Amino acid sequence: MTEPPSLGRDDVAHVAQLARLALGEDELETFTNQLARVIEHARDVAALDVEGVPPTTHALPVRNVLREDDPRPGLDHEEVLAGAPSTEDGRFKVPRIVGEAP
Amino acid sequence: MIPAAAESALDVAGAVRRGERTARSVTETALEMIAAREPELHAFLHVAADEARAAADSIDDALRAGRDPGPLAGVPVALKDNLCTRGIPTTCASKILEGWRPPYDATVVVRLRDAGAVVVGKTNLDEFAMGSSTENSCQGPTCHPMDPTRVPGGSSGGSAAAVGAGLVPLALGSDTGGSVRQPAALCGTVGMKPTYGLVSRYGLVAFASSLDQIGPLAGSVADAALLLEVIAGHDPLDSTSLDHPVPQVSRSIDAGVDRMRVGLVDELVDDTAPDVARRIREAAEELAQAGALVEEVAVPEMRLGLSAYYLIAPAEASSNLARYDGVRYGLRVEAPDVAAMNTATRTAGFGPEVKRRIMLGTYALSAGYYDAYYGKAQRARTLIVRAFDRAYERFDVLLGATAPSTAFAIGERTADPLAMYMSDVCTIPSNLAGHPAMSVPFGTGDDGLPVGVQILAPALGEERMFQVAAALERAAGARWR
Amino acid sequence: MSVDGGAPGGTAPRGGAPGGTAPRGGAPGGTAWETVVGLEVHCELKTRTKLFCSCKNAFGDEPNTNVCPVCLGLPGSLPVLNAFAVELAMRIGTALHCEVRPSIFHRKNYFYPDMPKDYQISQYDEPINVGGWLELPDATRVGIVRAHIEEDTGKTTHQGESGRIHAAEYALVDYNRAGVPLVEIVSEPDLRSAAQARLYVTELRAVLVATGASDGRMEEGSLRVDANVSVRRLGDGAYGTRCEVKNLNSLRSLGRAIEYEAARQVALLEATGIVAQETRHWDENAGRTVPLRSKEEAFDYRYFPEPDLVPLAPDAEWQARAAGAIGLLPAERRARLSTLLGAAPTTQQAEQVRVVVSQGLDDLVVAAAAGGAPADLVLVRAANELASDLDAALSLDPGAFGALVAMEARGALTATQSKAVLVELLTAGGGDPAAIAAAKGFEALSESSLADAVRDVVEAHPDEWERFMAGEAKLAGFFTGQVMRATQGKADGKAIAAELRRLRERDGPDPTDHGGRGDRDDHGGRGDRDNHGGRGDGGDRTGMERAGEDV
Repeated sequence: MTEPPSLGRDDVAHVAQLARLALGEDELETFTNQLARVIEHARDVAALDVEGVPPTTHALPVRNVLREDDPRPGLDHEEVLAGAPSTEDGRFKVPRIVGEAP
Repeated sequence: MIPAAAESALDVAGAVRRGERTARSVTETALEMIAAREPELHAFLHVAADEARAAADSIDDALRAGRDPGPLAGVPVALKDNLCTRGIPTTCASKILEGWRPPYDATVVVRLRDAGAVVVGKTNLDEFAMGSSTENSCQGPTCHPMDPTRVPGGSSGGSAAAVGAGLVPLALGSDTGGSVRQPAALCGTVGMKPTYGLVSRYGLVAFASSLDQIGPLAGSVADAALLLEVIAGHDPLDSTSLDHPVPQVSRSIDAGVDRMRVGLVDELVDDTAPDVARRIREAAEELAQAGALVEEVAVPEMRLGLSAYYLIAPAEASSNLARYDGVRYGLRVEAPDVAAMNTATRTAGFGPEVKRRIMLGTYALSAGYYDAYYGKAQRARTLIVRAFDRAYERFDVLLGATAPSTAFAIGERTADPLAMYMSDVCTIPSNLAGHPAMSVPFGTGDDGLPVGVQILAPALGEERMFQVAAALERAAGARWR
Repeated sequence: MSVDGGAPGGTAPRGGAPGGTAPRGGAPGGTAWETVVGLEVHCELKTRTKLFCSCKNAFGDEPNTNVCPVCLGLPGSLPVLNAFAVELAMRIGTALHCEVRPSIFHRKNYFYPDMPKDYQISQYDEPINVGGWLELPDATRVGIVRAHIEEDTGKTTHQGESGRIHAAEYALVDYNRAGVPLVEIVSEPDLRSAAQARLYVTELRAVLVATGASDGRMEEGSLRVDANVSVRRLGDGAYGTRCEVKNLNSLRSLGRAIEYEAARQVALLEATGIVAQETRHWDENAGRTVPLRSKEEAFDYRYFPEPDLVPLAPDAEWQARAAGAIGLLPAERRARLSTLLGAAPTTQQAEQVRVVVSQGLDDLVVAAAAGGAPADLVLVRAANELASDLDAALSLDPGAFGALVAMEARGALTATQSKAVLVELLTAGGGDPAAIAAAKGFEALSESSLADAVRDVVEAHPDEWERFMAGEAKLAGFFTGQVMRATQGKADGKAIAAELRRLRERDGPDPTDHGGRGDRDDHGGRGDRDNHGGRGDGGDRTGMERAGEDV
């Protein structure tokens, strides 16, 4: 069984970027130390031999929960925009978008 | 010294329904008590005084018109501030949601109102329910109702402190890894996590969707039962809601524990402080005295719970909290392009614990680490479920501590996240299994602060769990009256 | 990604026509190149509500009016799956010969302002439909890897100069489309040209419409296509490095983009031997693909099972109900028309069949033919005369249409007259073709009147008649036109031709003299073919009909 991967500074910098969080140098250091300890603790799970054990996503076996295709009124348009940081022409306004959606 | 309990919800609702008191007068009393204790406690993030008075008046109107407002008629209830309340600020104790007023009510809030309850305010919590002490609130910590230098536990610390201090008879919290039970234990109240799916999560701001459940905090087992029966039941707006009759917990609390098979879980005793462990053994003895068949049992897989939980919950959280991006609601920190705006907003809006968990979860799910961490944790979860299944072949309920220690000092564990995470070690396994569990006060530790005993039951085993809880409550009452 | 059961492997195009129009075939000294294409088609499902909430699924409403806490991704909201979307997905899977299986949903995590939760709920490694195929009209069988359910995003409008992304100052987001149900259909790389890719999308669109899952409106974004394009030397077994081309929102873009991209890759391979795997954007105005991101910059989507939704396992009864709700598929509809023709269709007829089915006119043809009109003529008229006003054609009374074609077939109306009456029928949605013809004064000329008219024309143009007699066969058209004018179009082209032939034979030299006149090749038989066989069945149609009409 291979050793579970450990967590370093580069990993933290990478996941911070993925999660859209900016970290200062000090923070990067602190978070790396703290998260490395948690990951180190998680070795008891990461090192488990779970060959043939299925994953559990839902604790209880519920299946086929469905809704009829009947329309219902949604939110009032004004209410939708009321909490928005910025709007224009009934839409949510955001700064310019660099790059396209996947 | 257990704090003087507030009037019970059952008594208040009875008096209001009989017309002996008005909902308005009950509400005014609660608001006065809150105003008096808040400067010291800081249990509330928002007191909805106007809305509460209006709700109370409409309950009184209904009574005058001859209509029954319901089983919680006029009962003041506090809500953890991660439950959506239409038009009333819902912030999750996060800067990123400052000022957000949801355009809709959570299902539990609708049910509370339909039952005649009066929502008096929103209580403090660890930001997005991530924490075990209520210190991770952007508005500052809540203090323990009996000792202001200590934490009330968390993350539902505001709700537990409000009930523990007798400001309200009932409160709702949310329990992802013990966030109802652990603060309930620390504050000397009853706190309960229902079977996953028994209470709708619609309108509960998600932390870890596969683990989150809303649960009652109350001054007594009977009050907790009353509140559970109001909020439980199938909700078509939550796909994970169980389409199953609500357990009749109120009816079962006087049934006693004769011949009940109770397993005292080694891991939930051995991994706790000696004064806590002693109380748990005493509780087991009390149950045996009352006729239960008590045996010790080892469930070593429970020790995998902490690691599995601190991979699964952050993984789900990293995704659930992606939506706080400054586009549609809440905080925005402007920047020249949208990605920079997202980053600036999230960096300024989230506190350090939330950032830690988002990064931890992102790591556990990211390319190259999924199988080693998230995938393994999900399989460990299966092992824990199987271990519970084996235990419940032999036992009706399991018994152990709720928290490894009594309330700790403010600041004691903030520097060491892992030490803080350890506070959840006894409560996490039930969340991973989706099982119900509850904490009942049972005496105090060496420091004179409350100890909670935890009763665990299999899925939908709430009735037996409440039977045992009520028996322990009676025993504690007899012992320390 | 696992592909179970019945999925064709996909290393070579199956079935008949390879259709490989190589972008730079047969360059001197080198081998020809082959284009390899796999398509990802996103189909918006025609449900009344969105995939996970009860908001209206509608196109073109005021921005942010069909939204609720769920599709806005408000904190605390939760998804609940639309049963009818699942039903439509199963219909699509069944129509594409997929295995319909128990499935689960995943979250695909990435930040984008048009995605309210900053993750998309989609199906990942356990999709509802896997391993099917679609047979094209050219008999190529294209493998279907999967057809899975997912939610659509909102719509972003870039504001500022020219509305182009890079020049924009800011953007506005409308979430009406957020959460609209989609099925993404992923094909094997079995397509071998831009034309074949277009054929695939056309056929797939017809299948999706037949299942009731889609309205097929590409111009409204109901169908959106991404293309995975690679090239390889003809005969190579292995695929080349592929590029994904996005933003193909019409058949025209699809064809142009694939041609451009294939040519680009060939040029790169011939110059450097290397194509980099990347995602590219089709710029319709510039007519080229531009790089979006490389493989190294690819997103880390952190897929994981959606905890807010439970597994989906439709039982056999529901699957059967879904399968039973599928209308006739285009291949079945083409077969039905072919059967109607009796004999094996000619190439032209096959094309007419394809046109009629793609335009949804086949029911009309079948009903018209059932009334007794000859199927071949009904088919020609439907394929060539009804497309210009499709809405009117689709509501045309098949009885009236059939009666009109029958009148034409038995010679009661000329082709020209018949078409004029058809225009009236289309305008009115139906009517009595005989009455319309009578009102227009359309009566076939009697044989004697026709003969008189032809004789008058011949006598009025003695020079031309002399030249015609001398072998200037193309003057047949001149005489036909003159007769038509004289009879206000009532004369039938075939009948004029026959009368001209009769007169020429009457006035012509003794056949024994024929060779002596020194004509090179104007034998009677040959001339006959020139005048009639080669130009179609009637002089009136010469130059007036579309190619391919001749029966």
